[in-house]
Amino acid sequence: MDNQIALVTGASRGIGRAIAAVLGQQGMRVAGTATTEEGAQRIQQELSSQGHEALGLCLNLTDTASMDAALERINQTFGAAPLVLVNNAGITRDNLMMRMKDEEWDAIIATNLSAVFQLTKRCMRAMTKARYGRIINITSVVGFSGNAGQTNYAAAKAGLVGFSKSLAREIGARGVTVNCVAPGFIDTDMTSSLPEPQREALLKNIPLGRLGQAEEVASAVAFLASAQAGYITGETLHVNGGMLMD
Amino acid sequence: MSSVEERVQKIVVEQLGVKDEEVTPEASFVDDLGADSLDTVELVMALEEEFETEIPDEDAEKITTVKQAIDYINAHQA
Repeated sequence: MDNQIALVTGASRGIGRAIAAVLGQQGMRVAGTATTEEGAQRIQQELSSQGHEALGLCLNLTDTASMDAALERINQTFGAAPLVLVNNAGITRDNLMMRMKDEEWDAIIATNLSAVFQLTKRCMRAMTKARYGRIINITSVVGFSGNAGQTNYAAAKAGLVGFSKSLAREIGARGVTVNCVAPGFIDTDMTSSLPEPQREALLKNIPLGRLGQAEEVASAVAFLASAQAGYITGETLHVNGGMLMD
Repeated sequence: MSSVEERVQKIVVEQLGVKDEEVTPEASFVDDLGADSLDTVELVMALEEEFETEIPDEDAEKITTVKQAIDYINAHQA
């Protein structure tokens, strides 16, 4: 998989940043996206300083023209389309259902679910043509367990699982695998905002007794992105310290 | 420049992995050339790329043989 091109969305922080780094270590050329130009530059600098061939891109996931432009830049820079796609970017708009506004619901569905459809669709053709591809969608333990205050987020994340299984059936014959990685409670900006009592309560339910690290999620992604994982498709790999077991 | 017939034949051969001589005008993609639903979608997309045209789903459904593909392209080419 040397020189293979990987596209990772939401790569400026947290789990996405760790995924971009580990795919770079595996010898892939990594395009990482952020929502701002500064974020894109940071991705490019950081990956380049680690010695990886990299491209930082500013991408608005609610704008398909922005997706087309980003994919065009990847083509121009690397001379080919990505055969590894990691749909990692995600946002939260938590609220109890009774208080949840339509906009909070819509924003989550647009960024966490619809954008995955739109970007994956734009990347699929190159993969089916190449008779090879790895699509990895970052879902969440919450999509399986549910979580008060996250009806929108949990719906989108569970939606990704059904999406992935269906697509896996559609393009398996082309050597393209589609899988999910479901992180549990990972130490990132997204979870650091949780109040201390809630944090304590959560930790009690994690057999490994600690938060996960972004790198621990990234290594699961790297495995599914590898040629060695070629017989795994439509699957979800849970990385949650035992917080939820199927 | 090759003829439309030749270009269509080349695409069908590449896309479906069949032999040149199998791609007769009357050959049905599904019944004679072994295409599945994904093959037929990819075939239409390959035709769209080759001939720089867009084939709407309603029309694509009616393109089931090599001749139908050639006729469609001939009728819709700028």
